[in-house]
Amino acid sequence: MKRVVPFLLILSLPLAGCQGWQSALDAQGPPARALADMFWIFVAVLGTVWVLTMASLLLALRKRRPAGADPLATDPGTERRMTITISIAIALTLAIVVSLTGLSYAAQKALFSHKDGALTLTVTGQQWWWKITYEDEQPSRVFTTANEIHIPVGEPVLIKLEASDVIHSFWVPNLTGKMDAIPGRQNQLQIQADRPGVYRGQCAEFCGLQHAHMGMLIIAETKEDFERWRNHQISSALPPNDPEHQRGMEVFLSKPCVMCHQVRGTDAGGKVAPDLTHVGSRRYIGAGTLETTRGNIAAWIIDPHGVKPGVNMPTIQLEPDEVQPLASYLEGLK
Amino acid sequence: VTRAITSHDLDAVPEVTRLATGERGGIPGVQSEADAPPSPRELRDDQVDGPELTARLAKTWGTEKGLIGALSTVDHKVIGRRYIITAIIFLFLGGLSAVVMRMQLALPENNLVGPDLYNQLFTMHGTTMMFLFGVPIGEAFAVYLVPLMVGTRNIAFPRLNAFSYYVYLFGGFMIWAAFMLNIGPDVGWFAYVPLSGPEFSPGKRADIWAQMITFTEVSGIAVAISVVVTVFKLRAPGMTLDRIPLFVWAELINSFVIIFALPAVVTASAFLLMDRLVGTHLFNPAEGGDALLYQHLFWFFGHPEVYIIFLPATGWVSAIIVTFSRRQAFGYIALVLSLIATGFLSFGLWVHHMFTTGLPQLGASFFTASSMLIAIPNGIQIFCWIATLWDGRPVFRTPLLFVIGFFFIFVAGGLSGIMLASVPLDSQVHDTFFVVAHFHYVLIGGNVFPLIGAIYYWFPKFTGRMMSERLGKWHFWLAIIGFNVAFFPMHITGLMGMPRRVYTYLPEMGWGNLNLISTLGAVLFFGSFLLFLYNMVTSARRGSLAGSNPWDAGTLEWASASPPTPQNFDRIPVVTNREPLWANRDSLPVVAGLSVENREQIVSTVTAGRADLRETTPESSLWPFLAAVAITILFIGSMFTPWALVWGTPPLALALIGWFWPKASTEDER
Repeated sequence: MKRVVPFLLILSLPLAGCQGWQSALDAQGPPARALADMFWIFVAVLGTVWVLTMASLLLALRKRRPAGADPLATDPGTERRMTITISIAIALTLAIVVSLTGLSYAAQKALFSHKDGALTLTVTGQQWWWKITYEDEQPSRVFTTANEIHIPVGEPVLIKLEASDVIHSFWVPNLTGKMDAIPGRQNQLQIQADRPGVYRGQCAEFCGLQHAHMGMLIIAETKEDFERWRNHQISSALPPNDPEHQRGMEVFLSKPCVMCHQVRGTDAGGKVAPDLTHVGSRRYIGAGTLETTRGNIAAWIIDPHGVKPGVNMPTIQLEPDEVQPLASYLEGLK
Repeated sequence: VTRAITSHDLDAVPEVTRLATGERGGIPGVQSEADAPPSPRELRDDQVDGPELTARLAKTWGTEKGLIGALSTVDHKVIGRRYIITAIIFLFLGGLSAVVMRMQLALPENNLVGPDLYNQLFTMHGTTMMFLFGVPIGEAFAVYLVPLMVGTRNIAFPRLNAFSYYVYLFGGFMIWAAFMLNIGPDVGWFAYVPLSGPEFSPGKRADIWAQMITFTEVSGIAVAISVVVTVFKLRAPGMTLDRIPLFVWAELINSFVIIFALPAVVTASAFLLMDRLVGTHLFNPAEGGDALLYQHLFWFFGHPEVYIIFLPATGWVSAIIVTFSRRQAFGYIALVLSLIATGFLSFGLWVHHMFTTGLPQLGASFFTASSMLIAIPNGIQIFCWIATLWDGRPVFRTPLLFVIGFFFIFVAGGLSGIMLASVPLDSQVHDTFFVVAHFHYVLIGGNVFPLIGAIYYWFPKFTGRMMSERLGKWHFWLAIIGFNVAFFPMHITGLMGMPRRVYTYLPEMGWGNLNLISTLGAVLFFGSFLLFLYNMVTSARRGSLAGSNPWDAGTLEWASASPPTPQNFDRIPVVTNREPLWANRDSLPVVAGLSVENREQIVSTVTAGRADLRETTPESSLWPFLAAVAITILFIGSMFTPWALVWGTPPLALALIGWFWPKASTEDER
């Protein structure tokens, strides 16, 4: 019986999991809600099965045989009663399993039948960040960003998942279940948010050294806010007007940064690392690792391997007086 | 205690009578070697008795002293003991790597180990637990106990069995030596491509992982074949199919699962090695290969692997429950059929590890149904065990306590497995700590708890001494509390969004407290194992003497001395009941007529267990050890140069020629 007490204490802990910006139990969209509801149904049914089985086990531990009885002796009446009981238990198990399979199948059909959505994104998993391309019928309105996805609330958004190096998995638990991004294949996933909010997602398939720091943000906002954001993202970066930012841009353009990064509106056209055109408008840098502040940007540039050991960004030799302007410039790319 | 066979026993097993009395007979119309009259010049076990018989047989079957003798032995008990000890050492190494990981995860943004070491640690943990502990421990117990339980003197193909142990040992040593040299594999125990492929894992790390699979594969299949043949052909006279102990059934089904599952993973690892070492593109999508092919091959092995770990445990549970509930197993036939059903179904579930890879939905839902269906045979087993306890008179010794712990933990893990079988639910919890919690409930509950029970149960047989009951109870409570404190919170951390295989997490994720609790539980759980180790070491030296049957159990291994003599039994028992020692309380009927001077065993028929032939079984030999050394050199060399396949083959061929060099047996010479 002593065993049960810590168990009950621990069982009360799930309540702690109901809130969070990356929690499967804090559903913020129709698919996640369907999944969370189903989860609790499974917990209730299977929890009951566990309790009943353990109760019968504990009852079975009473000494029913007389001391010194022949262990080979069996009583036909007891045998028959136990056979009947077990048959009923098996029939019930089968019934439970079949109904849960049916429930699961229904949910699966609902979840994976994609509705027509206004918005289609291509998300490409890379070691260790997410490249995000907003598709549009007009080529001029297609743009690329990284690690931060904005979506309008109340609308299904189709996400096409690709991977450019190893397998990754796109997972934003508050909005829906995960889907792998596999090199050479394209998977699809639909997400939808009920109300404005910031939700976090993270790579869920082991992808190498910095699998732990491959996060992303999903920012759900009203249709108007979203359109405003999108139009701004489509535009190129504005040329800086104060001297420090101009100095920062010179540093950026004269250093190897441009080999990998793109800032639309400048000569920097690298495509293998995150697009930095509006990096200052994103809430995090380093794929959900550091909040976007001037200090964090400077820290990241000076020693990316101190923040994300093994990351593909090399350490660039900078003069001490180059760091601040560069960080200011990047932070200013709103 | 032995006695001459009575006419009553003869009715039960008529065909044995002729063997016992030297009378010609057997199956009518079939001339059997067993019918041949014993050679007058050869000493047979009906001509000597008592201590002289014991001593002479021990000399015939014994292991010679010295290093060469130790490396040449083919005694299944010596090899089995080494297997068990080696697997338990790997269990401790795997546990130690887990404790370091838990220390790292105790706090957010902790700097105890970096990502590189952490990735190596979880790879080593998973690889060790699955390949170097999980598969071998079940086989290790089979090697030691199956020949004793079926009433024979050695395992079938004893040299192959010895060879398999050395291959396993060398493979395990190789991967841990690599880890100590900081070239341990870091791609996970599953080593998914492309991450483990040539482009993203340069160096030798992934090769070492893949080659370790080859070692495990060779040794695993070798043992499985020996066990299958032992169970089919070496059973004591009268042990019909429905008198085979449940433990032996479990090991038999397990061996079949091993034989059919391991080739899939060796295909996967061999393809991976080819991609890495000779430039094939089997898994390279850019060249027409397919990354998902690897996952199919891996999980076609990987899911049966779970049952390879669980099936032997069902055997331990059955044996312990029957002995400690003082009642024969309820639903023997149902239990055996459930084992067989589990074995078959385990091959139809692998896709539930791949639900999030974007497979066709209809196909995925088929695997939901099949995964849930396996709850039925497992349910039957659980219910039959509970029924056996219900109608019994439970004796609460440490082995039974661990089996009760097994019920609590394993059933919880099995039920959370039903959640994972559902495609939509799996899409949330797959690759999160929820899954980590689930499979530790299944594997620790389903294998480690029964294993500890089994060690407490059979320790007197292995060593002749009892383990401390007082320490055993402490061990049990520490283990069950530590386990639940470590692993239950992981369900919640997973649902709160924490993925697996992350070396750290941000403080703002809110996972810190739960992780800290898990770490404390893990330390407690590991501490319980240190107590276990202490108990084993001190009991082996100073424990109270056990006698041959300390638990008053019913199966044949308890008819041998503790520890068993090299010949296991002075005369081969005749089995008239599923629990021979309960049916024949005073003395066990035996057959006589086997050679005392040669290693002779009875070969019996597959279904009826009729004595069919007298067959000599191989003597000790150093060649299996040398062959294992040669194959180790070949395997390790081939990671570095393809030419190793060329220069590595002649030594192996020489060793095999030595091994199989035809040698006329003494009997043939006469």
